Amino acid sequence: MNAQRRRGGWLISLSLFIAFLLTILPMPPQFDAWRPQWVALVIIYWCLMSPERLGVFSAFVIGLALDVVSGTLLGQHSLTLSLLAYLVIELHPRIRVFPLWQQTLFVWVLLLADRLLTLWVLGATGQPMPSLTYWSPTFLGFLLWPWLSVLLNDLGRRAGVL
Amino acid sequence: MKPLFVRGPSPLLRMILALVLSLALIVTDHHFNHLGTLRSALLVLVYPLHVLANLPARLARQAENQLASEEQLRQLNSALHRENLTLKARLQQFEALEAENMRLRDLLGSSFNVGDRVLIAEILALDLAPYRQQVMINKGARSGVFVGQPVLDARAVMGQVIQTHAFAATVLLITDSEHSLPVEINRNGLRTIAAGTGLSQELQLLYIPKNADVKVGDLVVTSGLGERFPPGYPVARIKTVRHDPDNPFITVLAEPTARLDRSREVLLVWTLGQHTPEPPKASGLADPMAATQP
Repeated sequence: MNAQRRRGGWLISLSLFIAFLLTILPMPPQFDAWRPQWVALVIIYWCLMSPERLGVFSAFVIGLALDVVSGTLLGQHSLTLSLLAYLVIELHPRIRVFPLWQQTLFVWVLLLADRLLTLWVLGATGQPMPSLTYWSPTFLGFLLWPWLSVLLNDLGRRAGVL
Repeated sequence: MKPLFVRGPSPLLRMILALVLSLALIVTDHHFNHLGTLRSALLVLVYPLHVLANLPARLARQAENQLASEEQLRQLNSALHRENLTLKARLQQFEALEAENMRLRDLLGSSFNVGDRVLIAEILALDLAPYRQQVMINKGARSGVFVGQPVLDARAVMGQVIQTHAFAATVLLITDSEHSLPVEINRNGLRTIAAGTGLSQELQLLYIPKNADVKVGDLVVTSGLGERFPPGYPVARIKTVRHDPDNPFITVLAEPTARLDRSREVLLVWTLGQHTPEPPKASGLADPMAATQP
């Protein structure tokens, strides 16, 4: 049992690591506003498919790391990511059996919630209000989710996580 | 078979705990200036990630150097040679002017330091938090970089250091909305404050009365009043002056002279005669708004 639960942990770490890299990788300014919420997407995936491996506290710690890496207020990402993780874990038995397009819509709503919470934090701490392009990453995340979930499904099965 | 029910505290309880912890962190970080030591310690841990993310840009830069043709290098060399000549010619004048300036200041009996120690650092090509104006540089506490240190590029003031760890430092640019620095207008010495707006090409000059002598195109330089930036470094050029009838002050916008979004190398400055490694948090100022709090 325990051995089975421990298998493939490297895949989860690797996917998170790549998500972190993609978050801070320099990009031309015109694409910068469209950068998808990589870490949020990966956390949603693992909480959905294997909630016993990645829980609310892990999401909190990952969010804290993301805050340090990207230089935002400490706690900003950990707040949104732990809430996302909670929502996914609570609803995962239902979401997992949804057809892919419904799942994608659900993920889009989660990504919007992530942006909204971040907006609240920005507003409450008196940082400049972003323009409407602030919401564009959620659309890109919406388009990316099917591919990401197919890819991670495949890799996860091979590594024995799922 | 995977367990259907997760053991341990329920997800709801964990979530509430995580939210409370996050909110506490946000509040402390926001009010107590970036939780300095904790963040520095954590930054060291994620430094490999920063280096790795910077790698593509570095490799591209190296490839660019390797693939440059002899013709291009020759052209670059001659252009630099010409620039060097003109700069040297200007420097001869500068030295004479500096000597004259010191003599005059001696006559006036005021103390003034010309000449600072500088160190060149490279900007790490990282996209940090969107909507904040900050960059990371590849020199840290090991090179003597300290929090509050002024950062310049070849043209003008860029910002100040707000975080350091052993190998790297975070620089808050002057255009960040939480940054402001005491400046004066070079033409007539009118003192004011240049506050960041969050946009990379705009600074706002605050509290300039309606009858003040301000013109579009005026150079704005540091006044040295905040005791953080050495006086006399260029900051920005005024681009619009607007009179709003309902506002007791005029709205003055300026464009930073430094190439904030294009520079690769920055200069870190140590002002000579600075005894304390960390300058005092600008407190005893005439105008409380002049404090350059990051």
